[in-house]
Amino acid sequence: MTISRKDIEKVAVLARIRVDDEQVSALEKDLGNILDLVDQLGAADTDSVQPMAHPLDAVQRLRADEVTETNQRESFQAIAPATENGLYLVPRVIE
Amino acid sequence: MHNKSVAELSRELDSGQVSSVELTQQFLDRIKQEDSKYNSFITVTDEQALADARAADKQRAAGNATPWTGVPFAHKDIFCTNGVLTSCGSKMLANFVPPYDATVTANFRQAGAVCLGKTNMDEFAMGSSTESSYYGATTNPWGLSQGDKRVPGGSSGGSAAAVAARLVPAATATDTGGSIRQPAALCGVTGLKPTYGRVSRYGMIAFASSLDQGGTMARTAEDNALMLNVMAGFDPKDSTSIDREVPDYTATLNEPLKGLKIGLPKEYFSEQLSPAMEQQVRNAVKEYEKLGATVKEVSLPNAKLAIAAYYVIAPAEASANLSRFDGVRYGYRCEDPKDLLDLYTRTRAEGFGAEVKRRILVGTYALSAGYFDAYYLKAQKVRRLIQQDFINAFKEVDVLMSPTTPSPAFIQGEKTDDPVTMYLEDVFTIAINLAGIPAISVPAGFVDGLPVGLQIIGDYFSEARLLNAAHQFQQVTDWHQREPQ
Repeated sequence: MTISRKDIEKVAVLARIRVDDEQVSALEKDLGNILDLVDQLGAADTDSVQPMAHPLDAVQRLRADEVTETNQRESFQAIAPATENGLYLVPRVIE
Repeated sequence: MHNKSVAELSRELDSGQVSSVELTQQFLDRIKQEDSKYNSFITVTDEQALADARAADKQRAAGNATPWTGVPFAHKDIFCTNGVLTSCGSKMLANFVPPYDATVTANFRQAGAVCLGKTNMDEFAMGSSTESSYYGATTNPWGLSQGDKRVPGGSSGGSAAAVAARLVPAATATDTGGSIRQPAALCGVTGLKPTYGRVSRYGMIAFASSLDQGGTMARTAEDNALMLNVMAGFDPKDSTSIDREVPDYTATLNEPLKGLKIGLPKEYFSEQLSPAMEQQVRNAVKEYEKLGATVKEVSLPNAKLAIAAYYVIAPAEASANLSRFDGVRYGYRCEDPKDLLDLYTRTRAEGFGAEVKRRILVGTYALSAGYFDAYYLKAQKVRRLIQQDFINAFKEVDVLMSPTTPSPAFIQGEKTDDPVTMYLEDVFTIAINLAGIPAISVPAGFVDGLPVGLQIIGDYFSEARLLNAAHQFQQVTDWHQREPQ
């Protein structure tokens, strides 16, 4: 299957990964080959098959809605690229 | 001393023939002298290891030792280690020092084991050759004497190479599509992928959550059993962890195999397997017949679709899991971002390597509007068919046996430009992850001087039986004791 340049540019925006023109050409080939591989799935008759989301068909476990974690803000923020007054800093969003 | 197994080292520590400090120093020296050839470690934690060894010696002297107290080992760099760099082989996490331990890490710490460091791996566990690490490729200890630099397999190639080169007796590993068994096979060591949910994933950096499974890597099946005794069990911190009793995996290692019913999946002995590889695997199966097992052919008709299903499901889950790496809370951040979108897109473009970006893009594509049903939903239905094949097979036999890989270790760089060819390296292992069942790779011979792995596949939660079958094979063969020159 072919994947167009436009498709790759769109997916890159959705994935929040910048790709330059040169990379788009290489990705056209690589992603096209991967999608060719994946297209083998079309050969399977799955009309009456239930999709399998979990190998053991387990259901989501729930716990009591209680606060159990202690506040570790300082240790978590010690490894952040930029913080101030207990907040994470990012570039200005609103001018 | 470096040639001894975990079980043997534990006995030597018990008898007082060696102290943990002496043992730890010997292995640290060996890593320092030898690892420049293999690049199997990303981080070596000398000071912490010696401090832990001193504590272990005191604990033994006080008479409350476990089999692991004072025994050196290593963690794959995918397991979070409190206060120690956990890079997952990526530039994105090249400055990430977690403020907490993974459950697996905590369990080994609790057992008194001495962690020597963190082993190299394909970036975010995406690969079959440990060539995509930000810290450079790992080299397989086998093949070097012939002048070849061969891959150790991936993504746990650092763990496999370190164990094969006798830099550590054991190492943790993870397996999403074959990342324990394939490198174990290519490096001539024993590696077990447990049932999905048997080992906690808490603190194990996620790649594909419904497939990822932590497991074990050592030279012998007995050592794998000792590792699983530490790793397995319910963890309330992991919602996919299974609340089910954990047996003592060493207790049944010596049970006889008489009457064991072995199935050989005909689809795994096809044209993609070289005659030389097939011969080694069939010779191994004959050893099992000598031990009293019976053999029959079985069929896994949907096995041929496993790679296609995997390369939809794994990238789709990866695209969601890796969205957390955005340069805001931890990890790499690009220089001088001009706005928030620039921060995200440039951080991720600069922080991720080529294979990781490829998989995120494929996964995003498969999940995007208009393609979800055709790709993701279809793959999850095919996954059910693959699981049903195994369920049907285990109505007829106790275990399945197959080659672990289609060929022995290949030359570094041979497949890096062709992702699809690289993906086919996991052709015999991927279906097991899709079904969530356990499997072990056991050294079973050589082709052209390179190790060959026998894969033994079991029904859900049959790890004890797999370890028993592997251990009995290792009582009558010595492939697992061969040492690379």
